[in-house]
Amino acid sequence: MTTFPERLRSLHASHQTPDRIALTLQFSNADDVSLSMDRLLCGASSFARAYSSARIEPGEVVVLILQHGEDLVYSFWGAILHGAIPSIMPFLTEKLSPERYRADLAALVSVTQPAAIVTYGQFESEVRSALQPGDSVRAVLITEDIEKEAALDFDSLAGFQRKAEDIVLLQHSSGTTGLQKGVALSHQSVFNQLDAYARSLELNEADVVVSWLPLYHDMGLIAGFIMPILSGTPLVLISPFDWVRAPYKLMQSVSKYHGTFSWLPNFAYNFCAQKIRDRHLEGVDLSSWRAVINCSEPIRWESHQAFYNKFKPYGLRYEALQTSYAMAENVFGVTQSSLGTSPAVVEIDREAFMSERVAKSPLDGHSAMKMMSSGRPLENVKVKILDENRNEVPERVVGEVALQSDCMLTGYYHREDVTQRAFLDGWYLTGDYGFISEGEIFVSGRKKDMIIVGGKNVYPQDLESLTYEVPGVHAGRSVAFGVFNEEEGTEDVVVIAEVDSEDLLDQQKIADAIRAHVTKNSAIALRYVKVVDPKWILKTSSGKTARSANKEKFMAEMEQEINAGQL
Amino acid sequence: MTDMISSLSTFIASKILKQPNRTIAPDDALISSGLIDSFSLMDLALYVEDTFGVRIEDTELNADTFNSLDQLASLIESRKK
Repeated sequence: MTTFPERLRSLHASHQTPDRIALTLQFSNADDVSLSMDRLLCGASSFARAYSSARIEPGEVVVLILQHGEDLVYSFWGAILHGAIPSIMPFLTEKLSPERYRADLAALVSVTQPAAIVTYGQFESEVRSALQPGDSVRAVLITEDIEKEAALDFDSLAGFQRKAEDIVLLQHSSGTTGLQKGVALSHQSVFNQLDAYARSLELNEADVVVSWLPLYHDMGLIAGFIMPILSGTPLVLISPFDWVRAPYKLMQSVSKYHGTFSWLPNFAYNFCAQKIRDRHLEGVDLSSWRAVINCSEPIRWESHQAFYNKFKPYGLRYEALQTSYAMAENVFGVTQSSLGTSPAVVEIDREAFMSERVAKSPLDGHSAMKMMSSGRPLENVKVKILDENRNEVPERVVGEVALQSDCMLTGYYHREDVTQRAFLDGWYLTGDYGFISEGEIFVSGRKKDMIIVGGKNVYPQDLESLTYEVPGVHAGRSVAFGVFNEEEGTEDVVVIAEVDSEDLLDQQKIADAIRAHVTKNSAIALRYVKVVDPKWILKTSSGKTARSANKEKFMAEMEQEINAGQL
Repeated sequence: MTDMISSLSTFIASKILKQPNRTIAPDDALISSGLIDSFSLMDLALYVEDTFGVRIEDTELNADTFNSLDQLASLIESRKK
């Protein structure tokens, strides 16, 4: 039984070589900044001191609204050293409207009840405008005002009083709905996960993690931040903002720092394979990569092939392409493929899979589809597949994935109602569909209407509510869903809205207004916006919008248009 | 210039917005309006490079460098010389 501060203290003691680097931060217009464990903890201790001076108590939540950089790192570990509970919120981007950002922050504050918010001076007024007199936030700490500490004094830090079962951090998914459902994790759960996960990866002293993933997302936060730092594995961090404009930076960093591990959502395989120019890969050597792990959205065999074909000339080994199935509620990994060999691939009968929900070998003349395994459950995780009546199903039958482990969430923070609904007799119901074959877990889809775009979970109801704010669109008369895009390896977001006007020019204007409004208020780009005549949208008998039925209708219409040569 | 703007407009409408029949005005805001997201911005940069032989660096992919077809076309013209 240990806690984050205890682990940091022992790492500090064993990392006495001053030139040993714990973390390297990369920037687009500045030199790399490399931090030793001592420098990292000194920076963190400055923040711990600031939390203490602001009378933030251990066990209280601190929300961090910061961009990629030293301050984000120090404020996070500083909260840990003080015993406060850090929660990283996405930073405002130029695309998102300030009004929506304020509303999202207010939603987060109302449920999470943070005692403090940390941000930059230039962002202070923005943060304060989202606060109400009498709410939980007692301090807005400005990074520029934090006095830097020169030396560490572990004994004076309050975080050492925390117990292993106490909550150590919160992790939120995006959007109004996600921000009101913070996953609360204990020190013990995180360590149980890290121990099991690191063993499955055979993480060792020669490893180096390279990541561009955002820290407000579980994959970035756990695999690309907390695990390497708490296991003493050097970490190289690229800003997600820079990576999206220059995906080749990942390859250059792996080459420069001899990276051995990276985690990527499926779309990134396609994105890197299609968008990186060879001139940006001159001299790049990817042979150090032990594993590039596909995680956090449905994994595609085709995406792995495209990635391999593109980067094979630069030393990428085929066995380095690995998979995992993970979720914040289990801290991170549920399964992991075995390193050193390629994940299992099964060919299944498409028709039987669609109609009978069984993964059978293809019958003669039937079309086959390739599905790739997400690997086996970690040693501390049990997985079973349930039918609609919540009974366990045999191998190769598709059902809902349920899991049990010693690294589950403590609960959704301040949401006892949601926590209770998520469990059935001690099993966590994931809302994902999948099947088991020879002990390997194959994830095939999901029960919930959640859209996963570029590895980011998006609640369709959040997007639908936004469309109702557009003049000409009435409440309850739009539907949002995701449609898989083969070329991009992720989902395209579709919004369909009914309007009264049948004038094409009017409809075009409303479509543009929906696109602009939803993007500005969710930071989610819409691929298809379809404005339709009244009565297009299918409703259930109880008057609810049936997203899957509308998705089928949309896809059937799109197919007709493609056949007619209009697209 | 006009040809360039119309080819850029066609590319954005058909490949990025999936609305082949729509037109984009030369002064419509492309980035600040959210019409083009960051992932599609890269597609646009690659298209510009392949079609006009002009490079737009990754650090320039923001609304400060160009935010409309007019501005993008001027940028391309200035680099062709």
